[in-house]
Amino acid sequence: MKENFIKFGKNLVTTEEFLAEGHTFCTGCGEALALRLACKALGRNVMIANATGCTEVCTSPLPVTSWRVPWIHTLFENVAATASGIEAGLKILVQKAKVPEKEIRCAAVAGDGGTADIGMQALSGAFERNHDFLYLCFDNEAYMNTGIQRSGATPYGASTTTAPAGKLSIGQTTWKKNMPEIAVAHNIPYVATACPSYPFDLMNKVKKGGEVKGPAYVHIFSPCPTGWRHATDLAIEIGRLAVETGIFPLYEVENGRYRLNVARPKLKPVEEYLKTQGRFRHLLAEEIAKIQVHVDEEYAKLKAKVACFTA
Amino acid sequence: MSKRVGLEASHAAAEAARMADVDVIAAYPITPQTHIPERLAEMVADGELTAAYIPVESEHSAMSACLGAVAVGARTFTATAGPGLEYMHNVLYVASAMRLPVVMTVANRALSAPLSIWGDHSDAMAVRDTGWIQVFCQNSQEAFDMTLWAFRVGEDPSVLLPVMVHFDGFHLTHVTEPVILPEQEEVDRFLPKFHYPYALDPDKPMTLGAFAPPDIYSETKIAQEVATRKSKAVAIQGFKELGDVFGRHYHAIEPYKTEGAKTLLLTMGSFGETAKTVIDTKRNKGESVGLINLRLWRPFPFEELRQAAKGARTLIVFDRCISFGGPGGPVASEVKSALYNEKERSRVVSFIGGLGGRDMSAKDFEYVIDRGRQIAETGSEELFEAVGIRGEVTGIRG
Repeated sequence: MKENFIKFGKNLVTTEEFLAEGHTFCTGCGEALALRLACKALGRNVMIANATGCTEVCTSPLPVTSWRVPWIHTLFENVAATASGIEAGLKILVQKAKVPEKEIRCAAVAGDGGTADIGMQALSGAFERNHDFLYLCFDNEAYMNTGIQRSGATPYGASTTTAPAGKLSIGQTTWKKNMPEIAVAHNIPYVATACPSYPFDLMNKVKKGGEVKGPAYVHIFSPCPTGWRHATDLAIEIGRLAVETGIFPLYEVENGRYRLNVARPKLKPVEEYLKTQGRFRHLLAEEIAKIQVHVDEEYAKLKAKVACFTA
Repeated sequence: MSKRVGLEASHAAAEAARMADVDVIAAYPITPQTHIPERLAEMVADGELTAAYIPVESEHSAMSACLGAVAVGARTFTATAGPGLEYMHNVLYVASAMRLPVVMTVANRALSAPLSIWGDHSDAMAVRDTGWIQVFCQNSQEAFDMTLWAFRVGEDPSVLLPVMVHFDGFHLTHVTEPVILPEQEEVDRFLPKFHYPYALDPDKPMTLGAFAPPDIYSETKIAQEVATRKSKAVAIQGFKELGDVFGRHYHAIEPYKTEGAKTLLLTMGSFGETAKTVIDTKRNKGESVGLINLRLWRPFPFEELRQAAKGARTLIVFDRCISFGGPGGPVASEVKSALYNEKERSRVVSFIGGLGGRDMSAKDFEYVIDRGRQIAETGSEELFEAVGIRGEVTGIRG
């Protein structure tokens, strides 16, 4: 990698904005911030395919657009397939000398529903076919654009509009689908998790994912004040807490080799994270304890995978 | 020199795609379409065709990948059938509305349930209103010609619409017939290189597929409708150019021995060739009958149909699909609506047959014509009659 945002920080980050002002993301949206940073890391020579969702509706209401790079939206469930066509099309046109050779990155952008639920088949196919593209999943842990309905990426215990907490329910009764591990299982060259609370780490990963040959997947934890019911100035803090509690560890998997990017000697209790958000407000001590056990187990599994490559 | 070879319609379509020098093929295998992607994959593997073959994991992704490929300016081809066409239904609307001229063969197949891999037109009728230009073929030669024509028309800068080339599953896809293959030079003369004016390009960033609030959606749809209607002139021009270059002449509506005929039979697709032999026999016996082949299904050739039907007392329409609980065969109901406001119009009689691969023999078409004439005289309480159904069928009433 020629540039390293972490070492040289802001000196390397372009002042150019590829996602223009005037978009309609909610105040304090973690996803908007992450998207803006990702665009800076990808630069000008990119083609972005976007699934239906928050990013799409907040950036492209006809007749205006926030996109200063080539951008296409077709449907909700098919962004990985659309990106497959872009990537394969561009490559063959260059090979047949129908367009001039140029290094253009192909990126797909989707939310957690468009990735872990309805778009999973298309994504799995695109990974397996080894398309040279970067897939960015902006995970705000529910269908926020349609009004906070639960997805497969909604965490255990969160209250959403289709899995509400009530007298007989704690809300989401299933554990969050582990999308990064599903990506790893496809043996693709690069998988990473990121969070806008760690901006240079995020940009590094997006850049790396864009440069790698073959499929790359970056799963971006995107705090959502509207859906998570937290104050609009807390997105960064909540993202940081998710990492510090081990709820959302920052790691990358390069050619199957795991590495933790933010390793903490001791994790904070999950309760510190849960109590910042209205969606977890109803959880009693025993449920919180259950979540703590689950997070500890998952974190231990991750550390064991990392240890395989550091011993 | 062009050459005459034996080809099944599937391979004829694949050969047309090769001679069109397609850049991207994204396809998912489904009977009876399989011979088309298989042949194309073979061509790519043998270096006979330089193209990206994307072996997608579903038809939904096949069409989605096609959208992406056209969006970067690649000449793009796919093929599907029946349930596969339905599985990509959602994506079909996007291709037309975003003006991405994909060319697709549909090896017409029945829809489940019950499962049937065999042919009828239920798949085609289900995608009638998706905004694609749609054409039907009668034989392998037409499968070749219409595929080339589809690229010529769909990619025309004034059109930019996707095109479906329909041909009957098994009855055509798996039948070997003589096909005249042109020289590459002739194909190049007929088919200009594809230049997509809205291709994604970092040097000229564009937003494709923005969403439409209510104050703009209606305008986008009406603009699409105007473009679709306008494409008819280019479709017809394409037939003419095809005739000029290859010497084979096609039309939106193709009358056969309709001169002075009191009774006309209208068919779409390969069964028309069987019907033709029946018309020949009946004409030889001195009966006043003729045949109309409806080739261009969308945009619908209203004026051409009215002209062709002029003077005919009875117009028998043969459908290979049921519009459940609706007005009868879908083609019959289109034909009725095309003629309804005419001062003098034919009486339209609807027959449905050939479902799920059941053959229609010459004898069956003889029955259709004879019984159709009878119904035209005496009237019928039923909205349509199904051909060759075992057991009594009653109660198909409006």
